[in-house]
Amino acid sequence: MSISLVTDRTASDEDARMASPLAIRGMTVSYGQTPAVFSVDVTVRAGSMTAIVGPNGAGKSTLLKAALQVIKPLAGTVSVFGKPLAQMRDRIAYVPQRASVDWDFPTRVIDVVTMGMYRQLGLLGRVRSHHRAAAMASLTRVGMADFATRQIGQLSGGQQQRVFLARALAQEAEIYVLDEPFAGVDAATEKAIIAVLKELRDAGRTVLAVHHDLATVPEYFDDVVLLNTQVVAAGPVEEVFTDANLHATYGGRLTTARIDPESVAG
Amino acid sequence: MLADALLLQLGYNATLVTIGACLLGIAAGVAGTFLFLRKRALVSDAISHATLPGVGLAFILMVGMGGDGRSLLGLLVGAGISAAIGLLCVHWLTTRTRLGEDAAIGAVLSVFFGFGIVILTIIQTMNAGRQAGLEGFLLGSTAGMLRGDAILLAVSAALVLVLVLILRRPLELAAFDPGYAQATGWSMGRIDLAMMGIVLVVTVVGLKVVGLILIVALLIVPAVTARFWTERAGHVVIIAGAVGGVSGYVGAAMSAIAPALPTGPIVVLVGFAMFLVSLLLSPGRGVLASVLMHWRYQRRVHMRQGLLALAQGQPIFETLTHRLLRRAGLILPDGVPTSEGQAAAAKALLDETRWSIVRADQSFAAAATRYDGLTAIETVLTPDQLNEVDARIKAPEVVA
Repeated sequence: MSISLVTDRTASDEDARMASPLAIRGMTVSYGQTPAVFSVDVTVRAGSMTAIVGPNGAGKSTLLKAALQVIKPLAGTVSVFGKPLAQMRDRIAYVPQRASVDWDFPTRVIDVVTMGMYRQLGLLGRVRSHHRAAAMASLTRVGMADFATRQIGQLSGGQQQRVFLARALAQEAEIYVLDEPFAGVDAATEKAIIAVLKELRDAGRTVLAVHHDLATVPEYFDDVVLLNTQVVAAGPVEEVFTDANLHATYGGRLTTARIDPESVAG
Repeated sequence: MLADALLLQLGYNATLVTIGACLLGIAAGVAGTFLFLRKRALVSDAISHATLPGVGLAFILMVGMGGDGRSLLGLLVGAGISAAIGLLCVHWLTTRTRLGEDAAIGAVLSVFFGFGIVILTIIQTMNAGRQAGLEGFLLGSTAGMLRGDAILLAVSAALVLVLVLILRRPLELAAFDPGYAQATGWSMGRIDLAMMGIVLVVTVVGLKVVGLILIVALLIVPAVTARFWTERAGHVVIIAGAVGGVSGYVGAAMSAIAPALPTGPIVVLVGFAMFLVSLLLSPGRGVLASVLMHWRYQRRVHMRQGLLALAQGQPIFETLTHRLLRRAGLILPDGVPTSEGQAAAAKALLDETRWSIVRADQSFAAAATRYDGLTAIETVLTPDQLNEVDARIKAPEVVA
């Protein structure tokens, strides 16, 4: 009896993984001898908005980067709808942290968005008018159409974040993976971004974001992964986002996390 | 004399050198742009210094095999192999140890160069080595340039341009946002390998013309110069190629009319002159433009603050403000506004009020970013939008 129960359970886990737009299994990443992320399993539910939440240094961004093979994990596999990531790259759009690039780079807003179509364009494909129209449409969705020909160095932090989101939208992907999309952005940008993400979710796409503001988790997200090097708890927000779990994730640091000035302002 | 040189009227050899240097300049400018944008310009210095042991060892090997050791192709193959080893060392030190790229470059550059000098010294003691002329690889020597050398430069330059044309998208993406490039499935390892391969080709074929010490200047200076004139990566590449080509052409022509002048250093100095002009005169990023902009901006700020003070009946304390307003005929020497002054002050206050409404309203987000405390709002908003704003000033919202 107990044996069949276990088998049932692993079988249904396996089904969930096969159907998942992003299933991470046994992921360990380490810088030197200390693991930043240790043996993490995450199965993102299709059509959900999932937050990865945890204290500073919990390995949130590291997990995302390793999942997309931006950095090389020590161990772990990633599957996209049951297939290896390498075959499914074009289904995933990644929005890196805004601070990860040099905004004095000689390029314009519209050029950055066009970069989202480089895979589709290939090495030599010409940028045609429908590509330009698609790039403009992405900018319009994030409210940045008026900025198309500005040099990116002239943008505010929130505008930079919107441009990054527009680039991801131009990819026409099924899964949107965002690293701290609300870090250091103004309230209007936060609203604009969350509206776009909810539109994507309502259109059946999947959103996975590293998030730092506990106060807005229940309002913005369906599922949550509480991470502190390992997964403390994962599942629907109403089941998992409890004081006990948060305490286990943040330890004594919870109070400071709760009065994060960003969350008060938002 | 210089005109003759520039019109390629100074004989066969001078013409070969001038065209060769021009092609090398174009290739180096284009290849160097991506190094510069990727912030890895100094790697080229490690590559160029790491060519020296290869040149020496290739010479010894060729002599050992019975040749005279002076086959340029053989020497360049040796240079390429040892430069590639140097590059691998930098890569290995950076990724597998805790050394930063700067330290890795310094270590590889000096060790390879030192080793190369030792080998050259040994070659000097060999019978065949006395007339080898390998010192020419240090600072370049174009005197004995042959037709074959010029063809090698032309073919390499063409190869570099074709490769950059094909790889421009991944190269640009890798320079701007390597994490995103990797996540969308471009292999950063392969892109960097291709970039370094292109730079390696330029460095090796450039050895004979400008020498290994100065080739780095030909890779970096055109890109840095081009950056002053444009805000688009594609245009930086084209302008850098042009700057490199002009430096090569003009530099070689100048050294042709005064044969005592070495070609490589003159080419680099011509490039530097173009850099200096750009640094000073570029309209967007140049030194003069920013000094002038600051000077004008400061005066406009003082004017504006003075007018706002007048509008609100406050006294003006700063002498610069006072002087500017007086010179514009807006106040009398005792600080009392003239009638023009009163009008201008009222206009400034209205502008500020309109701006504060625009900035508080998200539907004007794009216009609001143009706010700098100085720009007249009429230049930003359409008359319709302006009416909308004014309606809100005159009819304040009724609370409850």
